Parts: sequence; structure tokens; C-alpha cells
Amino acid sequence: MGLLDQRFENGNVLITSMDTLLNWARLSSVWGMQFGLACCAIEMMATGASHYDLDRFGTFFRATPRQSDVMIVAGTVTLKMASRIKVLYDQMSEPRYVLSMGSCANCGGPYWEHGYHVLKGVDRVIPVDVYVPGCPPRPEALMEGLLKLQEKIRGESLVKRKSA
Amino acid sequence: MLTEFGRVFLFLIIGGVFVAGGLVVAWLLRPHRPYANKLTTYECGETPVGDTRVRFNIRFYVVALIFLIFDVEVVFLFPWATVYKDLGWFAFIEMLVFLGILFVGYAYVWRKGDLQWDKPSPRVPTYVRGVGVQEPRLKEEEIVV
Repeated sequence: MGLLDQRFENGNVLITSMDTLLNWARLSSVWGMQFGLACCAIEMMATGASHYDLDRFGTFFRATPRQSDVMIVAGTVTLKMASRIKVLYDQMSEPRYVLSMGSCANCGGPYWEHGYHVLKGVDRVIPVDVYVPGCPPRPEALMEGLLKLQEKIRGESLVKRKSA
Repeated sequence: MLTEFGRVFLFLIIGGVFVAGGLVVAWLLRPHRPYANKLTTYECGETPVGDTRVRFNIRFYVVALIFLIFDVEVVFLFPWATVYKDLGWFAFIEMLVFLGILFVGYAYVWRKGDLQWDKPSPRVPTYVRGVGVQEPRLKEEEIVV
């Protein structure tokens, strides 16, 4: 177990500034996992490319879940893919985050009523941190979602003991 | 003072400290909560099947041989090229002799057919109307005693 991992109580100047430093480092390099499911992935690629340049927010895509912090579920989650997504999420190292991108991943989208093969929202298999609405969301929307995730990371603490 | 290799040694030490420092700091900071599913092999979301040690076909040995011949040749050519200007014609003829010996060996192997890609010749069963599926007869060289 890590020496700093949830071992300290609140109220220590050293601990809180340590937390600020750690969180700053973490939110400045939120690496995504390189995988896309459907047309939202095209928008995600566009966001990562030079025009929208996701790299300026510290996000770029890694080819393995071991090195990535956020999983961007970009597209329709079919039932077949759902179990794979669960496996991939399990294989990511902690602290890990999930960004659900687009209506399909949020709630099933256009497949909500008659999609016999579609999972009605990826949050039925893995915990989701940020939902980005849209069909598909524009690159600006995805960037907004990642900034929201950064805000969330800024408010967290790796060092403090979690309330029992 | 430091010799040239002393500096290399210094870089070696700094490199080692850099790597070890990164690992130690990461060990101090990171959460460590392993469980069975997290530790499974990453196979793009699939369940891993079988061993990672896969046997390569023996025929790729030929490719390895060809690579080796020219690789060793180039290894000898590089130092030759650096001192070529100082040695002049002597170096040129020496290298010609060396390349000639290699070429003779290469031609011999080629002529002997050792570089041939060993193609499999499967016996394909044929369907004959009224008779059914028939296996072709074994050729004489295919019969293993």
C-alpha cells in the first residue's frame, strides 16, 4: 500500500498542500484510453487532432488501460461490448475516471426503446463521472466535459482518509 | 579530472537514480488496490487465451539467415568506411576480397536451394460425379518410410 494513500486526517497544512500539488499534477495530465465505439469516436478523434487540440488540456490517448486515467466511452454500447468495457475498466489503474460521451452512452439514445442489442446507458456496468450530452457532441462539448472532470479531480483528495 | 568514460559512468549513475527515483516516488504516491480482474492480461478487452510464447514457423529461419548475412556484412563495412580515406586503394581491395568471399558463400547457398521458401503442397481432395470425394494418390517422394 502506498505511504500517502488515504493515511492522514484533515487539517494539516502540509497534507492539504500536498493534496493540491498532487491534484494539480493529476488534472493537468488526464490521459485518455484510446478506444472508440461509434460515430462519437469520430468527434473524439477530431477533438484530439490539431484543429481542436485536446493536448493543450493535458489529455491525449494511450494505447493501454494501464497508463490511462480516463475512459471516454464514445458511442453506442452494445450488449456485446458492455462486458468488454467492464473488463477494460477493471484493467485501468486507480484513480480512474469515466466520461460518457453522447446520448447512446448516456442512456441508449436513439436505441432507447427498440434497440434490442444496446445497453441503455454505460452507467449500468461502470460508474460514470461526467456525462456529455449530444448526438454526437461537438468537440467543444467534449472539451467542456473534460474540464468538468478536471474540476472534479481538483476537489478530490488522495491523501486524506475517506470518511468511515 | 574525469576521463571520457568517467563521464559516461556519471551519466549511467544519473540515469539509474532517475529511474529508481521515479519508481520510489510513484510507490509513495499511488493508490495500491489490486484485485483479480485488474491484474488480468490486457488483450483489448477480450479474455486472454493460451500462452504468449507462440512458435514461429521454421521457414522464417531462411529470412533470419538472409538477414544475418547482410547484417554482418554491414557491420564490417561501417568501420571500413570511416578509415577508407587514410588507407586508400589497399582498403578498397581488401574489402573487395572480403565481399567476394561472402558473395561466393551466398551464391553457393542460393545455388544449393537453401534459401528456397519451402511451400507446402497439400493434396486437395476432388469431387468426381457418381464416385464421390476422392483423395489424390500419394506421389513417390511423399511416402515416408
